[in-house]
Amino acid sequence: MAIAPPERRLWWKEPLDKAEIIWITIAFLWGIVMFLAMIYWHIVGEQNLSNEAYRIDPEVFAAKAEEMTEKYQVREEGDTGIPVVHPPPGSDVYLISRLWEWWPILELEKDQSYRLHLSSMDWQHGFSLQPTNINVQVHPNYDLVMTIKPNEAGTFSVVCNEFCGIGHHTMVGRIYVTER
Amino acid sequence: MAANTAFRTCPDTGLKVHLPAQALIKANAVAAVVFLLLGGLFGLFVALTRWPEVHLLPAESFYAVLTAHGMDVLLFWIIFFEIAILYFASAILLNCRLAAPWLGWVAFILMLVGAIIANVAVIQGESSVMFTSYVPMKAAPHFYLGLILFAVGALIGVGIFFATLVIAREERTYEGSVPLVTFGAVTAAIIAVFTLASGAIILIPTFLWSLGYIAHIDSMTYKLVWWAMGHSSQQINVSAHVAVWYAIAAIVLGAKPLSEKVSRSAFLLYILFLQLASAHHLLVEPGVSSEWKIFNTSYAIYLAVLGSLIHGMSVPGAIEAAQRGKGYTRGVFEWLTKAPWGNPAFSGMALSLVMFGFLGGISGVVMGTEQINLIMHNTLYVPGHFHGTVVAGTTLAFMAITYLVVPLIFQRELLVPKMAQWQPYVFGLGVAGISLFMMGAGTLGVARRHWDITFADSTLTFDYPGAAFLMLGLNGIFAIMAAVGGAMYIVVVVASILFGKRREGAGEPAPQPAEPPAGAAVGSYGNAGTLHLPGTYVLVGVFFVAFVLYYFINWKYLSEVWPLS
Repeated sequence: MAIAPPERRLWWKEPLDKAEIIWITIAFLWGIVMFLAMIYWHIVGEQNLSNEAYRIDPEVFAAKAEEMTEKYQVREEGDTGIPVVHPPPGSDVYLISRLWEWWPILELEKDQSYRLHLSSMDWQHGFSLQPTNINVQVHPNYDLVMTIKPNEAGTFSVVCNEFCGIGHHTMVGRIYVTER
Repeated sequence: MAANTAFRTCPDTGLKVHLPAQALIKANAVAAVVFLLLGGLFGLFVALTRWPEVHLLPAESFYAVLTAHGMDVLLFWIIFFEIAILYFASAILLNCRLAAPWLGWVAFILMLVGAIIANVAVIQGESSVMFTSYVPMKAAPHFYLGLILFAVGALIGVGIFFATLVIAREERTYEGSVPLVTFGAVTAAIIAVFTLASGAIILIPTFLWSLGYIAHIDSMTYKLVWWAMGHSSQQINVSAHVAVWYAIAAIVLGAKPLSEKVSRSAFLLYILFLQLASAHHLLVEPGVSSEWKIFNTSYAIYLAVLGSLIHGMSVPGAIEAAQRGKGYTRGVFEWLTKAPWGNPAFSGMALSLVMFGFLGGISGVVMGTEQINLIMHNTLYVPGHFHGTVVAGTTLAFMAITYLVVPLIFQRELLVPKMAQWQPYVFGLGVAGISLFMMGAGTLGVARRHWDITFADSTLTFDYPGAAFLMLGLNGIFAIMAAVGGAMYIVVVVASILFGKRREGAGEPAPQPAEPPAGAAVGSYGNAGTLHLPGTYVLVGVFFVAFVLYYFINWKYLSEVWPLS
């Protein structure tokens, strides 16, 4: 019994049943398949998180975002005063996260690539692109750079999904994707 | 020595029970149940707030209660209970005296005081930082202090466990190797040392930071080390509840492991690889390379998953072998249909095993796949997953063994046995619903730790799909059911401990003493060449097919989202 010492002192010399050997082999091979699947996806898959990240001061990041916004602002969002920015395809795009907003609103073109920079001005935040459902963690002092390529046009929301204090549930941003 | 007189002999099992160890087991188990009650109540409030039509609490209390919920059930309930299990698996199962019982009381008081301080800090409202307390969000200093005291106390308890093993060996209180259950407890204890040490390494500087003695703590470093505690503490649970599965199968059915070698090797895989899973929490973070993520998130080629898959066959296999040995040999499943489903220890264990595998296990591996994590990270899928592991798996297993602990250690008969009989089903079904519907909402993108998914107060708004609201409503309903199941557990346990009939001497044993199965059915060692277990093969096959299908379905989901690189 499992609550008593093993009956045979040399339990590590017990022979194995065939069924057990088969199951252990299947389980081991399945582990290898799942391991290789991740590597395979890096080679052929299109959804891989970038490994590119830099240390950055929040002020420096904010200055870059403001510079981009000044250059490429096309309008304001309704009466909210939030700038809507339409950066050229292929360019570096900065999205600030801070208590409790995503700034500015981005307008991107379908099937074009952008280098999206994410960093926080204060606490950690969660970049959750909805309804697409892509989720990436945003840290202060780190600039995460990922190349994104929107594959559908429409209005998308950026929900914060890392708890960031009492206003957390109001922290919603927006990304527009337009047809070319 | 005085220790020699401080024993009684258990009338049911013949084990020598060290009375100071028994007292410590009782104290830790009672403290565990108190924190389960508290944390469970908080959990119910969380679910009722998430239910859009009810939306019980205001935002501020919601975040405080959510913090307390995680802390009370994930740390305090489970680790108190695990300390009780460690004392049981060492002193009791090895017929040995517990090392330094006075130190055990010091550990207990440290843990209790720490847990109370941390709860007070959260209830005061200045420490709503969630269980994870990610910097640079800051809690009140005594929040960290409470957790540190608790961790130090638990670490002392683990030390007592190891010291007891040494004493048992020195005093030759058992023959040969330690029992498998103790071996599993050793696994849990080794992981606990790593876990609690990591917790101290990160929480002590954070405590100093909250007092102003340290200027800056890097948010990524914090997260890396914190999860060496946060996730590893869940690995203590896995090891402990697998040990509990084996223990219940042995005590209730007289089941013996199919192969000591296989089961112990599976525990060894846990010791070697399970902790790497802390990487699951860092899959979408900046500054961590894909190579690091893939190696660690896969526990080095899924070797710890291999351990769990092995237990997934050897636990039901041991049960099937024992049942067939008793003559339930008709068809593929007579052993299962004639199992003691009315015994809450058995039914709780069986439900725990099945739900841990299907709900918690599969979802954990899928979510822990580097790229698939992109479509799940920090959504409600995550709590959906770990309610499958920690609640349906660990908590239910611990509840199940309580039904054996009450008669054997507290020496009381179970009061209201009918309620005890139904309890695992009510709680199990409730938790299954919680787990499934949160995973469902997460698949639809709903964020975790979020007070208002309607975004009523936001400048910019967003509408989650209607199905998400339905999922959260169902989550609320099943949470009520789980809360009823939890309350039934507490009523049965508290009533039995306080008012149950005392069991003294060799009275009628409540749980049937295990009868070793007939010799012909199971060989005296291993199952080599002795018995085929068709029922277990079918169950394992069904599980494996579900696993593979669900795994590839999620790759399909992933392939449809925006390309990113």
